[in-house]
Amino acid sequence: MSLELDVSTLHYSKVNRLLREAILEGEKEIVLKGVNGHRYLAAGVSANVKIDIYGIPGLDLGAFMRGPVINVYGNAQDGAGNTMDEGKIIIHGMAGDVVGYAMRGGKIHIKEDVGYRVGIHMKAYMDKVPVLIIGGKAGDFLGEYMAGGVIVLLGMFSRYPERPIAGLFLGTGMHGGTIYIRGKVKESQLGLGLKPYALESEDEKLLEELLKDYARDFGLDPSEFFKEDFVKVVPYTHRPYGRLYAY
Amino acid sequence: MWHLVLKNKEMSGCGLAGIIHTKGELLPGELIIKSICLQEERGNGLGAGFAAYGIYPEYKDFYAFHIMAESKEALERVEDFLSHRTFLGYQEPIPTRKVKTIKNPPLFKRYFVKPKFEGELAEACEDFEDDYIVNLVMEINEKIEGAYVVSSGKNMGAFKGVGYPDEIAEFFRIDEYKAYIWTAHNRFPTNTPGWWGGAHPFTILDWSIVHNGEISSYGTNRRYLELFGYKCTLLTDTEVVAYILDLLIRKHGLPIQVACKVMAPPFWMEIDEAPPEEKELLTALRMVYGGAMLNGPFAILFAYNGGLVGLNDRVKLRPLYAARKGDVYYMASEEAAIRVVCPDPEEVWAPKAGEPVIVEMKPGSIPNQKSYLKPRPREVEEHELGIRCKHPAL
Repeated sequence: MSLELDVSTLHYSKVNRLLREAILEGEKEIVLKGVNGHRYLAAGVSANVKIDIYGIPGLDLGAFMRGPVINVYGNAQDGAGNTMDEGKIIIHGMAGDVVGYAMRGGKIHIKEDVGYRVGIHMKAYMDKVPVLIIGGKAGDFLGEYMAGGVIVLLGMFSRYPERPIAGLFLGTGMHGGTIYIRGKVKESQLGLGLKPYALESEDEKLLEELLKDYARDFGLDPSEFFKEDFVKVVPYTHRPYGRLYAY
Repeated sequence: MWHLVLKNKEMSGCGLAGIIHTKGELLPGELIIKSICLQEERGNGLGAGFAAYGIYPEYKDFYAFHIMAESKEALERVEDFLSHRTFLGYQEPIPTRKVKTIKNPPLFKRYFVKPKFEGELAEACEDFEDDYIVNLVMEINEKIEGAYVVSSGKNMGAFKGVGYPDEIAEFFRIDEYKAYIWTAHNRFPTNTPGWWGGAHPFTILDWSIVHNGEISSYGTNRRYLELFGYKCTLLTDTEVVAYILDLLIRKHGLPIQVACKVMAPPFWMEIDEAPPEEKELLTALRMVYGGAMLNGPFAILFAYNGGLVGLNDRVKLRPLYAARKGDVYYMASEEAAIRVVCPDPEEVWAPKAGEPVIVEMKPGSIPNQKSYLKPRPREVEEHELGIRCKHPAL
């Protein structure tokens, strides 16, 4: 049995309280309907639960969470997955700015476009390697100051045919992790000192595995992804600004 | 005296909302109230406001002065001033309701006026009339103690004060108005005081602007505007944007698209990559209008009789969404604030940094309609560039 709540008339603090109470009582599947701008949904929740959200969740969806699997049937706003630790956020529409900020584990799968500063300061430690996959296009500063983890940018399901796949300053200041981009990206869009490289066999293996999972979430055919080549952007040093003030 | 609240700097995030009907049909105030109130969390009760266009059809050819005064005496001083300098068509208190949480509000009154030129210049052209009105606003704000002009455009008005959006809407009875353009603001003041005059929208003539962010270049912009006769008196950074719009678009005749490139210019590295003609234009704009560039994070919505425009700073440091359904366009800081009044838009998008979303009404939709999409063909003499231009008979 799953718990189903229509939250359209409720304040977000009430919704989060109900959510936490249900989880404490052992509920494993929760469906939220009528969501529109409710903030901090499942933020800080540390449990293996499945949460389906219908509508537009508000800022900081799943921030700091450890474990939940969240499906958003709609668009997500800014700050989804902020500093999340474990679990998965699957967004069946587009997402806003600063998605996956300082993410330290788990996965975020987004079907369409994202805004600015997505995946900035993602980090990894031993077996904790966060993954952020974007089916559409991204704004400026994707993966800025990235310290670890993986970002995959597909550029396939975009509502902005006129825009380049990524904005400016991609990966600026990155000192760990990898950004994979399907197709080409102009070198002038990359952060200072960064270059796009061809994939190696390990990259291909990893991408195949990650994209299979992504395709499953959205009912897509994974072979479509590989009809175009990918490039990868990695840090050229682990201390890009190590000599900035030491001339 | 005004009670000025200056809070310690905290996490900030003002909220914006705007709606326009491109065929000039009137939309109930309830819509904009819902849209801004969904974003209640983005403010802290220290400011909210609304701008409404098309609300005074019976006085559509008069400049509608919304006056805010701290005392009866201050209001009398304004009345005396206006009776000397304008023809007064009609005046009345702005209707308000008692709201428990709003303590000791200022007095609000509206005056529908036309310029009273001395001497022979009875039939002045509209440009002179607008300049005349801008100068009146500057004079009242600067010289009449305890009174400020909240708005001064034709067939439009701004309603603003200290409170949450629902409180200010209740206070000014926003639900009783219908407008073809609405904008609204929910304020979270960071660097400047939360007082009645500092709430958004900021206005001049029929320009109104609501803003989320900080204009770090306020000092530069203010000094630049002073060269052309504009005076900043409202203690808040956003005020400069209203006057920059008036200067660049109305006075200097720049199309909105170009004016937006002045306020949010591309980086030099982008200019270097642009095609030659565009590169030349963008370089010229940065050289000529450096003083009007807005530095710092911002998302703004501005409106005029005929259009609504959304604009972000060039790296999008504040959120902005836009949507369309049929002839109605929506803009807001959060997508949810659009969906609450339009659950099934035909298009929803996040505008690109520095690229304006310009929505103008179809030609002939409203009285005194303006369009600023094209450059103005008329040559402008150097002495006409400021608002203190010398009229032949003044």
